[in-house]
Amino acid sequence: MNVKELADKLGLEIHAGKQAADRDILGGYTGDLLSDVMARINPGTAWMTIQTHQNIVAVAVLREAACISITGGHRPDRETVERAEKENMPVLLADDNSFDLCLKIADLKVL
Amino acid sequence: MASLSRTFRIQKRDFTNAGNASISVKKLLKSLNLSACVIRKVSICGYEGEMNVVMHAATDGILAFELTEKKIFLTVSDEGPGIEDIETAMQKGYSTASDEFREMGFGAGMGLHNIRENADSLHIDSTLGAGTVIRMEFNPGG
Repeated sequence: MNVKELADKLGLEIHAGKQAADRDILGGYTGDLLSDVMARINPGTAWMTIQTHQNIVAVAVLREAACISITGGHRPDRETVERAEKENMPVLLADDNSFDLCLKIADLKVL
Repeated sequence: MASLSRTFRIQKRDFTNAGNASISVKKLLKSLNLSACVIRKVSICGYEGEMNVVMHAATDGILAFELTEKKIFLTVSDEGPGIEDIETAMQKGYSTASDEFREMGFGAGMGLHNIRENADSLHIDSTLGAGTVIRMEFNPGG
């Protein structure tokens, strides 16, 4: 499943980085401590976080995440959107909290 | 293969560009077809070193990268404030980051720990008031 398919199935807005939404999702991770995320995610991860500042894009790019999903109804900073566009990193927005979003992804039975 | 080197300035408190030096190094390694494993290690160490300068350094810092036939060298240096007790600072969970940075998801006390876990060789020199130099080496083969 790719990022666009995930967003479509769950009704998530792709707020930035649409041009890279055909990237395949190979796994998922939920975390808000950036060093933890750096150390633990693998390429192709759909990363769920409540962090909204631009440094999340650097982490996602360095670890080749498939996308960032900002959960809990939080909205990214303007700089985050600009950086995500520049680095081709899809940023999805979810009103669900991270746990509920993970449950919905699990229900899709695609990972 | 000749040696290849790059130097990047890291600005303290500059979250706009924080991570860009490491991203540049990562893209360079990827273009040279190095293994995913070594790219992962260098990316993690570069990022953590870079964030240390952004969050803690008194002045701007430098990230220096060098690739030789046998080794990758990554050196992150700044001019203060220095680390009082390196052994304590290396402990997982220990951090002197401000509340402001903790709220942003930094300051979990994992930075130096991540570096130690991922660098094939690590040496830290630090003098209070003078600065810190983190020297990391990686085996390009793995």
